[in-house]
Amino acid sequence: MSDKDPSLRRNAPKLALHVPEPPFRPGDTPDFSSLKVPAAGTAPRPDVAAPAGETHPLTTQLVRVLDDDNKAVGPWDPKLDPETLRKMLRDMVTVRIFDDRMYRSQRQGKTSFYMKCTGEEAIAIAAQSALDREDMHFPTYRQQGLLVSRGYPLTEMMNQIYSNKGDKLKGRQLPIMYSDKAFGFFSISGNLGTQFPQAVGWAMGAAIKGDSRIAMGWIGDGATAEGDFHSALTFAAVYNVPVVLAVVNNQWAISSFSGIAGAERATFAQRAVGYGIAGLRVDGNDALAVYSAVKWAAERARTNNGPTLLEFFTYRAEGHSTSDDPSGYRPTNEAKLWPLGDPIERLKAHLLAIGEWDEDRHSAMTAECDAAVRSAQKESEKLGILPEQGKDGVETMFDDVYADVPWHIAEQREQALSEGRD
Amino acid sequence: MPTMNMIQALNDAHKVLMRGDDDVVVFGEDAGYFGGVFRVTEGLQKEFGKTRVFDAPISEGGIVATAVGMAAYGVKPLIEIQFADYIYPGYDQIVSEVAKMRYRTAGEWAMPMVIRTPYGGGIFGGQTHSQSPESLFTHIAGLKVVVPSTPYDAKGLLIAAVEDPDPVIMFEPKRIYNGPFDGHHDRPVKPWSKHPASDVPEGHYTVPLGKAAIVREGEALTVLAYGTMVHVALAAVEERGLDAEVIDLRTLVPLDIETIEQSVEKTGRCLIAQEAPRTSGFAAELAALVQERCFYHLEAPVERVTGWDTPYPHAYEWAYFPGPKRMKKALEKVMAD
Repeated sequence: MSDKDPSLRRNAPKLALHVPEPPFRPGDTPDFSSLKVPAAGTAPRPDVAAPAGETHPLTTQLVRVLDDDNKAVGPWDPKLDPETLRKMLRDMVTVRIFDDRMYRSQRQGKTSFYMKCTGEEAIAIAAQSALDREDMHFPTYRQQGLLVSRGYPLTEMMNQIYSNKGDKLKGRQLPIMYSDKAFGFFSISGNLGTQFPQAVGWAMGAAIKGDSRIAMGWIGDGATAEGDFHSALTFAAVYNVPVVLAVVNNQWAISSFSGIAGAERATFAQRAVGYGIAGLRVDGNDALAVYSAVKWAAERARTNNGPTLLEFFTYRAEGHSTSDDPSGYRPTNEAKLWPLGDPIERLKAHLLAIGEWDEDRHSAMTAECDAAVRSAQKESEKLGILPEQGKDGVETMFDDVYADVPWHIAEQREQALSEGRD
Repeated sequence: MPTMNMIQALNDAHKVLMRGDDDVVVFGEDAGYFGGVFRVTEGLQKEFGKTRVFDAPISEGGIVATAVGMAAYGVKPLIEIQFADYIYPGYDQIVSEVAKMRYRTAGEWAMPMVIRTPYGGGIFGGQTHSQSPESLFTHIAGLKVVVPSTPYDAKGLLIAAVEDPDPVIMFEPKRIYNGPFDGHHDRPVKPWSKHPASDVPEGHYTVPLGKAAIVREGEALTVLAYGTMVHVALAAVEERGLDAEVIDLRTLVPLDIETIEQSVEKTGRCLIAQEAPRTSGFAAELAALVQERCFYHLEAPVERVTGWDTPYPHAYEWAYFPGPKRMKKALEKVMAD
């Protein structure tokens, strides 16, 4: 009676399940020679008001600006002044040092958890540099660069990481799940993909009220599999929403490579085609390309020409988090062999190539960034580290569940204070 | 008999099930090559191949929905949702489809599948890696809900769950994956190897669904608990020297009401422990059942010790967790009258 009895359809071909497998596993020597990396400057740049279809050929290419001689070339060259370039470089260096220091803090038991964005620094920093200060971000947990680029105090970030007395989120959130309204940075969720359609909703609000500010939503390659990704694109397309939607394709979702999210069949930028919105695929390790693509998408949104789906192609150079050891599922030297290079090195090489930077200035700047991070850490640690927290201020745990504390939570607060904690 | 922690016992259950039945298929986020973030499915892909053990896209809705389709076809999905906190995108499929299929088709389509998911706090996971959402599922007719508290039970319950004709959700207390936890977070972690329930028989055995375990016999009061709270409750009654009967429910739905009734009728007092928030938690259902069925035997009001009605706060984890201090207060209260 079984409907899976193969004898029922004896002459039909036997069906087979395809389970994607990454090209390299631990012990393999990664070889990226088959990866097609288009030359910088070759991708055309449509007008910001062009029909979405004009961008669709770009969803399978790669917008790149920095060429092999570290010069900025082609129509996507944003022609940034050296001051802006140096600011981006400085922010990227700061983020990398910050990540290293906080990773070490976690290893020293000063906090429970940390997530680095090593190799992806250009994406958040260049994207944020291309937007207005008033625009709104709906980030994932790997966009710490947005805050750094907007001049957010490093001590504030660390206070959150340590859940200490200075933590404006009152010790409630997992480290790095920042939130700051004044800096246009929406509360990070630990549940994946939720923020993507929320960014669309914020921008719909702005459009309903005739505002001039736009929103930018962020998501990782892995989380594009969530239904929320598709809700975001559907709403963005239906209402021609003034939003920039970015997929950071760092190719790894904990241990699953991007093929498990569909990357064997199509690029993430190509998802734009099916929804009829603009799409661009961008070298995420090229700060100038990132800047330029976001600038284009932002202008398109600001002029009511509709949403854009951006894919930033990059590589997650470190583990997913301090809870992850990637040597269990990919070769340890894969990051080094990844052909799009290191974003900091590439931007630095560009500044050197145009005569706006030198090694001495770079060393001095790195030392300054290092000193700034260390001094912020010292300040923050004065306010405490995680193992010392959770004893004082237990009553605050019951605030903000609702605007007003209802009777049952008030009773529980009394009980918690009288019974004490272990 | 091999000594196993809960992860090894669950892993072993998968092997027994998959060796015994070609229809069992395992998938979930990171569950394939890597073997899951908690390593419960480690080595399975190597032994059983990629078409029986594989990584799923990050789509809990998709994971449950495709499991529905597979169950409809006739294979047996044994799926992992990486954290119980991540299960909500799959909630529609679980509530509207998985749970109701047998009923709405008058038995034409059944949904024999198992959804495993780590739950609970005590690991500084913050509010999105610490929740205990079991009552959102015990409330849904058509689902069976299982919570093991030892390696022995974890293996036996998982095998029974996969062999059950109906859908089962197993909430795995991740705080005790590697060792029993009595709530004293400032003391060194004890390994399972020191606990008798880490003796896990090789091969096939089951712990029947719907059957509680009396893990400590006593006359003075009954403590109802499940998951991590079983160990917290045991330690608390020992520390107070109370002649308590501690019942590990093991299955929440269908509940072993007979064992509960017999115990409360004997002791006349009842304390219920859950880590989940208080309001509409499973402890509320238990309290209602006990007072409905044992009212004339009760010598004191039924008490609950629970998590607070707040999200699980990162830094205040040990102020949130219903640990030894709160257990003792609750025990005193239920013994006072």
